[in-house]
Amino acid sequence: MTSAITISGLRKSFGGKVVLDGIDLEVGAGTTFSLLGPNGAGKTTTVQIMSTLVRADGGEVRVAGHDVARNPAAVRAAIGVTGQFSAVDNLLTGEENLLLMADLHHLSRVRGQRRAAGLLEKFDLAEAAKKTVTTYSGGMRRRLDLAMTLVGDPRIIFLDEPTTGLDPRSRRMMWQTIRDLVADGVTIFLTTQQLDEADALADHIALLDHGTVVAAGSPEELKRGIPGAHVRLRFADVAGLDAAERALGGAFRHEDTLTLEVPSDGGATAVRALLNRLGDTADAIDGVSVHTPNLDDVFFALTGHPTTEATDDEMENVQ
Amino acid sequence: MTTLAFAARDSATMTRRSLRHVLRYPVTLVVSVVVPVMLLLLFTGVFGSLRSSLGAVSHSAYLAYVVPGIIVMTAAYGSSVTAQSINRDSTEGIIARFRTMAISPASVLNGHVISALARTLLSVALVIGVSIGLGFRPTADAGRWLAVAGVTALLVLALTWLAVPFGLAAKTAEGLSGFILIVQLLPFISSAFVPPDQMSGSVRWFAAHQPFTPVIDTLRGLLTGTADGGTALAAVAWCAGIALAGYLWARVLFRRDISR
Repeated sequence: MTSAITISGLRKSFGGKVVLDGIDLEVGAGTTFSLLGPNGAGKTTTVQIMSTLVRADGGEVRVAGHDVARNPAAVRAAIGVTGQFSAVDNLLTGEENLLLMADLHHLSRVRGQRRAAGLLEKFDLAEAAKKTVTTYSGGMRRRLDLAMTLVGDPRIIFLDEPTTGLDPRSRRMMWQTIRDLVADGVTIFLTTQQLDEADALADHIALLDHGTVVAAGSPEELKRGIPGAHVRLRFADVAGLDAAERALGGAFRHEDTLTLEVPSDGGATAVRALLNRLGDTADAIDGVSVHTPNLDDVFFALTGHPTTEATDDEMENVQ
Repeated sequence: MTTLAFAARDSATMTRRSLRHVLRYPVTLVVSVVVPVMLLLLFTGVFGSLRSSLGAVSHSAYLAYVVPGIIVMTAAYGSSVTAQSINRDSTEGIIARFRTMAISPASVLNGHVISALARTLLSVALVIGVSIGLGFRPTADAGRWLAVAGVTALLVLALTWLAVPFGLAAKTAEGLSGFILIVQLLPFISSAFVPPDQMSGSVRWFAAHQPFTPVIDTLRGLLTGTADGGTALAAVAWCAGIALAGYLWARVLFRRDISR
């Protein structure tokens, strides 16, 4: 497997505060890689260094075979960036934004217009094409942002928290778009705060915490052995709770809320098996909810401390 | 295409983008003409009549005196619009996007500067047109008009390149208020409305030596009087110096790490 991105010993500090403390990553060409971590972990800084926007203090970063410090122009020619820090032109229409990108990629007028029309259609923006971006919703703006990135047909795409703040429908659309890109052979480097997003999209995940990679591997490898997944059974009365606890054994009892927490992977098969074990006692259940491990659980399991977001003061220094 | 041809093409693209902003929100252009014209009316109407009631100069003579200062104020107002527009690009992140693309890096700022030059020169032409409508009678011949255009273009270029780094440096639009205040207030303490030798003490020294004064005096000489070579040289030197300083500072700011 050839590498699209290799990072070794990457370090960066802003004003004395260490943001990246020697990270190593390798992303195979044509795969989806997710950098997962809370706010202030250093995700955006990593993307900014790979995008040639920020210089590293130490270490080596190669993107598409080129060193970002020595040959930034060649890196820029290979990448597309859609992120929290990059943006669209709010004073232009959606179509004008895409045509601007086409001009900057030196496409001919005809090819540029064809490309813009195709992307407007693909991203469900054809109706709003002639409206200025200031009138767009958050989801539309994010779709336009990604569409602008795709005008130049980049082989490596950096997506910095592409779904943060999106409604569920826009989020699913974004996921589908990412899958389509990977099917076309594009390499995706995705940062996210959401485990389920990394889980759904990535071939490999690296967990970033306070500027260091605390864990890396496939989603399955990472989730293995992480406690926190359980089924929660709520009962109408103490009698039901008692009966169920006797039937199951090993469940964790919450007296005040009349609930039982049963360790489980939360899948349909496991839930059905659980209810079968309860037999008639299951009739006493008031409600069933499934709790899957989230980023907090993963963090707690791997780092021994909960996700601590950098304070506002720190964020200002960092960003 | 060669690198130079690509750079020219990218600059043209960026210029079109900026000009499209101007056309989309023409109110900016209207305000940049209306504000100087209001000042012109204020000075000739209110303060001008005070002067003539004291027997100093006639209304038309004072109008002729004030117009060059108003031209400079139009250029100053134009540069504050430029600073705001660059600041918006910088804080909203579109400059970050441009910097991740394989384009000529210089084109990003060139586009702003070229369109600012076009926009501000159009404002100045409209302001001169209105003042002629109000009774301003320049005596310049074609050659001097050309020189007026040249000096004005140089001034706008200098103020624009000064606006660029301020626009890039400010973290918010509010952070620009200092630049805007200074660039719009400085012409008041120059030879724009009153000859500096009628001022007193340190104000007089400042008005006589600040950069706007030789530019205003040169324009005044070209439009309605006798041009003075020494003053023109001072005006050109000031403008070239400010433009160069602004350009170099802007280049440093543009290449530094993105700050968000």
